[in-house]
Amino acid sequence: MSDPTTTEKPVAPEPERPARSRAASSMQSWLPTVKDSVAAIVLALLVGAVLIMFSTPRVIESLSYFFSYPWDFFKFSGIAVFDGYSALVRGSVGSGSSLVRTIERAAPLICAGLGVTLAFRAGMFNIGAQGQMILGAVAAGYIGFHYDLPVGLHLLLALAGAIVLGGLWGGIAGFLKARTGAHEVITTIMLNYVGRFVILFFLGKETFQRPNSDNLLSPPVNDSATFPAVFGLHLGVLLAIVAALGIWWLLERSTWGFEIRAVGANPQAARTAGMSVSRVYITAMVVAGMLSGLAVSMMVLGRQDPLTDQIAGSVGFDAITVALLGRATPLGTVLAGLLFGALSAGGLTMQAAAGVPPELAQVLQALIVLFVAAPALVRGLFRLRGDGQAVGVEAKGWGG
Amino acid sequence: MKTTARVAALVCSSALILAGCGERSDDSNASGSETPTASESTSEAPKEDHPDYKACMVSDSGGFDDKSFNQTSYAGLQNAEENLGVKTAEVESNAPTEFADNINALVKQNCNSITTVGFLLGDATLAAAKKNKKVNFSIVDFAYDKAPANLKGLTFNTAEPAFLAGYLAAAKSETGVVGTFGGLNIPTVTIFMTGFVQGVEKFNEDEGADVKVIGWDPESQKGSFTNDFESKTKGQSSAEEMITQGADIIFPVAGPAGLGGLQAAQDNDVWGIWVDTDGCVSAEEYCDVLLTSVMKGMDVAVEEAIRAGANDEFDNEVYVGTLDNGGVALAPYGPNADIDDELDATIQDLRQQIIDGEITVG
Repeated sequence: MSDPTTTEKPVAPEPERPARSRAASSMQSWLPTVKDSVAAIVLALLVGAVLIMFSTPRVIESLSYFFSYPWDFFKFSGIAVFDGYSALVRGSVGSGSSLVRTIERAAPLICAGLGVTLAFRAGMFNIGAQGQMILGAVAAGYIGFHYDLPVGLHLLLALAGAIVLGGLWGGIAGFLKARTGAHEVITTIMLNYVGRFVILFFLGKETFQRPNSDNLLSPPVNDSATFPAVFGLHLGVLLAIVAALGIWWLLERSTWGFEIRAVGANPQAARTAGMSVSRVYITAMVVAGMLSGLAVSMMVLGRQDPLTDQIAGSVGFDAITVALLGRATPLGTVLAGLLFGALSAGGLTMQAAAGVPPELAQVLQALIVLFVAAPALVRGLFRLRGDGQAVGVEAKGWGG
Repeated sequence: MKTTARVAALVCSSALILAGCGERSDDSNASGSETPTASESTSEAPKEDHPDYKACMVSDSGGFDDKSFNQTSYAGLQNAEENLGVKTAEVESNAPTEFADNINALVKQNCNSITTVGFLLGDATLAAAKKNKKVNFSIVDFAYDKAPANLKGLTFNTAEPAFLAGYLAAAKSETGVVGTFGGLNIPTVTIFMTGFVQGVEKFNEDEGADVKVIGWDPESQKGSFTNDFESKTKGQSSAEEMITQGADIIFPVAGPAGLGGLQAAQDNDVWGIWVDTDGCVSAEEYCDVLLTSVMKGMDVAVEEAIRAGANDEFDNEVYVGTLDNGGVALAPYGPNADIDDELDATIQDLRQQIIDGEITVG
């Protein structure tokens, strides 16, 4: 069966390609190195500082008399930037409650990000975390608020429901790719739309609505179906760590993980070596979907968020960013997830305490991604080593 | 180092462009954060002055720039800042998962009153109100059966002005077909559509006419919905479908997506009626095809709730915006609407009858 997605054509070998870039597939080679990632974050913070300066009325005003009292401009800018970024730090790691907030926001990003990472390693771009999360939410929510079951069992069933339905939804895209060659980017995006209408359909039903209400809003899950909490932090977040360890083991230590990496690097070669490329596509997408289901269970079963059509927020899409920033490795995904969780939690305090426009935290995230995606720019600015070196490190880092 | 120099040059040159060589407004202590700036101090003096009162607001995931109910509610906060001299702070929500955090962050900023926007924040607001008895909470578009003493629901009987709009539409329709569509099949949307349909029915009854409404059936609770408040394209195709079915007046109740409905009205030379705000102000480019707008005075309600809190008069009784208290209203007719005096008198008469309770709507 032919595979339309790969860039390397089996019939037309490219003898001029150097050995090391054959090791890393074309998809992987533009992923950033650690240095690039850090440089991108620093650069984004610098640009963010300029944005904070010019979104502060006092700073703008001081520009009108810049030549009489230039110091004012620098002083006010300094104050504004310091206020903003200190609020960012305070709001993300400054106290117990802000740490809880950071971790709570990071955990679903990490889980869904791992799903994107896994699919990525199998050579697929999984845009469908959003839809997989929504389906997972429908299952977890329904089991959570509709049934009365003993503590523990209820949680397990609801969690299993989220994981199974998320996995099925992811598996559809994998199946379509394996059997028909349909591109997973297109199918997962379309399945996101379908997912949104599926939840809207269910929210329109009496059973999913609150008594005496027609609003598209479900009740929260019963207490018996929630993760236990310690110091205000629900313990579902531990599952994110477990998932990261599991995916690491899977990718680096298991036979199946080797198959995934082999298919991701070169499906033709993997097929020639006797691996079932179709099976890898399907299973990788199923597991990716299961991870998305796990991600949304943090919201539905962890924080008892009621189901709405926006239950997944933008986590499914941020997860793609997290996975890319994390270089599609489990550890990197965890770190990137924590960074984004911190930016999101700290962005809130920036808004509430320092009056920084709410868009700024999102602009920071976007800038980081932008700079990550334009490594040449960042390397040029920071005088980092050139291309060849980066790819070399990359190939090794990916375990060849 | 070259980079640093470049950045410095960039900053300096932008300073040059933006700056003149003006005078500093306040030489004594410009760093004091409480000092009002020149532009603010020239504005009208506040009618009331509560500098120690801090009024705060949390949006739902639409954000304060949604040209719809978040934005109108936010206008209420801004008016309160100007008219009541209160301090303000606000947080935008990106996702429902953030609601509780966002409210708590504002509680930590020592807000005296916190207004949340939209029914999606219902749970989070109730939980926060129970935990923080000293903070006055109010929530737009939502009401509780039993609210704590520090939680006020702000609701709007938009069926009343929509009824008037429906009557007006029926009177102005030449094809005998008028259309309406919503963003989502939820009560805060369909209440407009139900009022609109009842207004048309009233016209049919009074004038022995047979004007049809397409897009909403209050009996079966079914109708035409874009299932999206953002996409102008979906609004446009919904409206165009109705226009091909003969509708010559379109009443979109779909927030920004409804702008597509007005676009379709403009393209096909039919009338539109706008919702939430006066369309001739908020969507000026479509003013020429607007008959009128059904206004939902969230800004009025929010400012009132803050005023009550600042004056220690806060209560938990649900606020219902009506034609009577000005919480909802019909906007001035559009410039091209050409409403004759007789029709206008009828509308005013109906308005009075609703206020007097002779007609019940909704």
